[in-house]
Amino acid sequence: MTGSGDTSKDMDLKLRVWRQRGPKDDGAMVEYDVPAVSPDMSFLEMLDVLNERLTLEDDDPIAFDHDCREGICGACGVVINGIAHGPEVTTTCQLHMRSFTDGDVIDIEPWRSGSFPVVKDLVVDRGSLDRIIQAGGYISAPTGTAPDAHAVPVPKDDADAAFDAATCIGCGACVAACPNGSAMLFTAAKITHLGLLPQGQPERDSRVLDMVGQHDAEGFGGCSQIGECTAVCPKGISLSTISRLNVDLLGALRSTYAK
Amino acid sequence: MTADSYHVVGEPIRDTKAPAGDIKDRWDTRRFEAKLVNPANRRKLSIIIVGTGLAGASAAATLGEAGYQVTSFCYQDSPRRAHSIAAQGGINAAKNYRNDGDSIYRLFYDTVKGGDFRSRESNVYRLAQTSVEIIDQCVAQGVPFAREYGGLLDNRSFGGVQVSRTFYARGQTGQQLLIGAYQALERQVAAGTVDMHTRHEMLELIIVDGKARGVIVRDMVSGEIESHFADAVVLATGGYGNVFFLSTNAMGCNVTANWRAHRKGALFANPCFTQIHPTCIPVSGDYQSKLTLMSESLRNDGRIWVPKAKGDARPAADIPEEERDYYLERIYPAFGNLVPRDIASRAAKNVCDEGRGVGPGGLGVYLDFADAIARLGLASVEAKYGNLFDMYAKITGENPYQTPMRIYPAVHYTMGGLWVDYDLQSTIPGMFVTGEANFSDHGANRLGASALMQGLADGYFVLPNTINDYLADGPFVPVDETHPAAIEAKQLVEDRIATFLAINGSRTVDSFHKELGQIMWDYCGMERTDEGLRTAIAKIRELKAEFWRDVKVSGVNEELNQTLERAGRVADFIELGELMCIDALDRRESCGGHFRAESQTEDGEAMRDDENFAYVAAWGYGGEDGKPILHKEALEYEYVEMKQRSYK
Repeated sequence: MTGSGDTSKDMDLKLRVWRQRGPKDDGAMVEYDVPAVSPDMSFLEMLDVLNERLTLEDDDPIAFDHDCREGICGACGVVINGIAHGPEVTTTCQLHMRSFTDGDVIDIEPWRSGSFPVVKDLVVDRGSLDRIIQAGGYISAPTGTAPDAHAVPVPKDDADAAFDAATCIGCGACVAACPNGSAMLFTAAKITHLGLLPQGQPERDSRVLDMVGQHDAEGFGGCSQIGECTAVCPKGISLSTISRLNVDLLGALRSTYAK
Repeated sequence: MTADSYHVVGEPIRDTKAPAGDIKDRWDTRRFEAKLVNPANRRKLSIIIVGTGLAGASAAATLGEAGYQVTSFCYQDSPRRAHSIAAQGGINAAKNYRNDGDSIYRLFYDTVKGGDFRSRESNVYRLAQTSVEIIDQCVAQGVPFAREYGGLLDNRSFGGVQVSRTFYARGQTGQQLLIGAYQALERQVAAGTVDMHTRHEMLELIIVDGKARGVIVRDMVSGEIESHFADAVVLATGGYGNVFFLSTNAMGCNVTANWRAHRKGALFANPCFTQIHPTCIPVSGDYQSKLTLMSESLRNDGRIWVPKAKGDARPAADIPEEERDYYLERIYPAFGNLVPRDIASRAAKNVCDEGRGVGPGGLGVYLDFADAIARLGLASVEAKYGNLFDMYAKITGENPYQTPMRIYPAVHYTMGGLWVDYDLQSTIPGMFVTGEANFSDHGANRLGASALMQGLADGYFVLPNTINDYLADGPFVPVDETHPAAIEAKQLVEDRIATFLAINGSRTVDSFHKELGQIMWDYCGMERTDEGLRTAIAKIRELKAEFWRDVKVSGVNEELNQTLERAGRVADFIELGELMCIDALDRRESCGGHFRAESQTEDGEAMRDDENFAYVAAWGYGGEDGKPILHKEALEYEYVEMKQRSYK
């Protein structure tokens, strides 16, 4: 493998990284100088390079979650200079160092939320999001029972809007960005995806009640329509999904009390 | 020296358990003949499933729903993140919704031919049959496939076929299918039929009385080494493309579960069959951690070229037309830029090897849209490819509307994997293997939009109808952590971890992984030779010795330790890499993604040798310093006539 052809634009950076050994330990910001960073590196590759050095220096490498590194698995995500996923609206893995300039000081922190306990350094536990899905984020369709796929046509506009909501990658940036620590954008994206489809109608009321109930039980805050969530969402999930959730929730509560 | 100095030949495999009779009836026959388990008895039977991609999540959801006690593991923090999520293009199904002459038989035929006659007819036919049900299932779950204005499902065409049978959800089909399977899985978690363990990595298989009865996993947060037991074990652990270090796989994709099972007796089939995709964004520096695919569809309008002169470092715009070599159009005038994947990949490698590559390190070729923009207009090109151009711009910082894209081939998929019979059972009774982790359906080359189809076919429909035949003999004798086999397996894992932490050498895990990847890429990549493979084997053996002598793994076991995780994976990749080279060395023919320079036609096309190599190479583990044992499963074609592929 060969080095970058043009190193003239390489940058010297100072990082201040949240280091926390384990869930019960106290954490602190620790400074690292990272010289000669190529602008073509991804943000995570910059951390890789630092970690290689830390390992050889008998220091503990910085733990961070990551996997696909192409913006779709939702594993990565840190707060960079106070913004979830950093200065570009994308996933942390798709952020490149050309978004920074020589001499920058970069603060790197984990998602901050009581419902996302820190596991180590920049790694948090987002199991609460899985539990919201478990509460009702599905359509009950036992394998093998499905009718022919063309049995129920779905208007294209509905299918497209359902897809837009379904592109949520579950990264948790919306929670990290929200002053209330709410996971309402995440929850609403699923309510919208499934609620727009004819297949999702039978469970529409129970879904919204159960998912919102679980959301609150996990300790996420309420939504007050601030919009920080959608501003950092790498997939551009719209705030209108939350309006839709509220409509569904009111409808479900009304029909529940009517019974 | 002959190839035999690296391996020994074992008994051939004579029975794959596929039923006899007309190929159309075999799956019905098997389902009828397989023993069933009464619903009331299922809750007494347990199944461990490792991996939560399409093949694992769909199997866990389906078997949990059927009433079995399922325990599921994934190394990610959520089952929704498995790498199936990154698949872009689509999923094939023989629905014939276009009324364009498609049928189960045609999908079967295309897949056998596309695999260059190195897959099993019976398995592929069943895959084509099952494809139809997959789409129905996914729609019922709420997968938002692309639709037309009438509300019916849209289709598109995909590489190398003449019908439109690919269902898709924009460029994120894998994501939508996986979210569907993940939701079905989480529904079973809530119902209590699936016990889900995230951030757990399988490090050893437990075999009792010859049967797979459990796994040793490491809790990646606490470091605790846990033993889990069941009546059957399913590995849905994906492919091993990361043996090359750089690939389109996710960073965590690894071969460890499969390799540990291989060392315990599971045969590993056709390990050298890897797919190298021609259109990926090239390496930009030695810090590079992974490669990103750019959809093959770009070759419809882009023209591929390099400078005629070696070492021409001028910007693309300064190179006049007569000094450019549109090499695919020159060498393959009939197909031009649309030659098949393996040809395009190899040609790019050749011009770069000649010193005519472009960009940093000279490992890239231009994919130029200037002519298309002049012909169709900027708006039209943007409408067709806008999202891909944006993705390219984000990663490279270059504007592909103004300067040509730079692309280079990258490892994308592995057709080889653990050997399974028609029931998807490995050579270890009670251990089943699904999805990319097995070797079954793609032969020597996988067609586009077929990986998603296979993963879901295995998980939703095949395994749930075959595993019962095995489980009907259970529940088996109870086993717990006091059983000698469990103690031994756990000890093996603990010793290995202790060894990694004690070496305290001078080289990082990644430095070994990168070196291994470079060896594999240079000698077991797009073009393989007898001499090169022997060189590679020698280099890998040296690397292995150095790894165990000089690797540096910092930290402790008893906390999240990502270096330790990687050390175990790289140790297994090194052993796999050697087996891949031995397999590639033995297969002295070219087929699909496996190109042996010694076996080509006069004009440089891949040349199969059906007389000598129409077999599955299923390798047995030969011991720490022993030689792998080659078991051949002969491939017979009753329905599709074996032909040499031709692109002229």
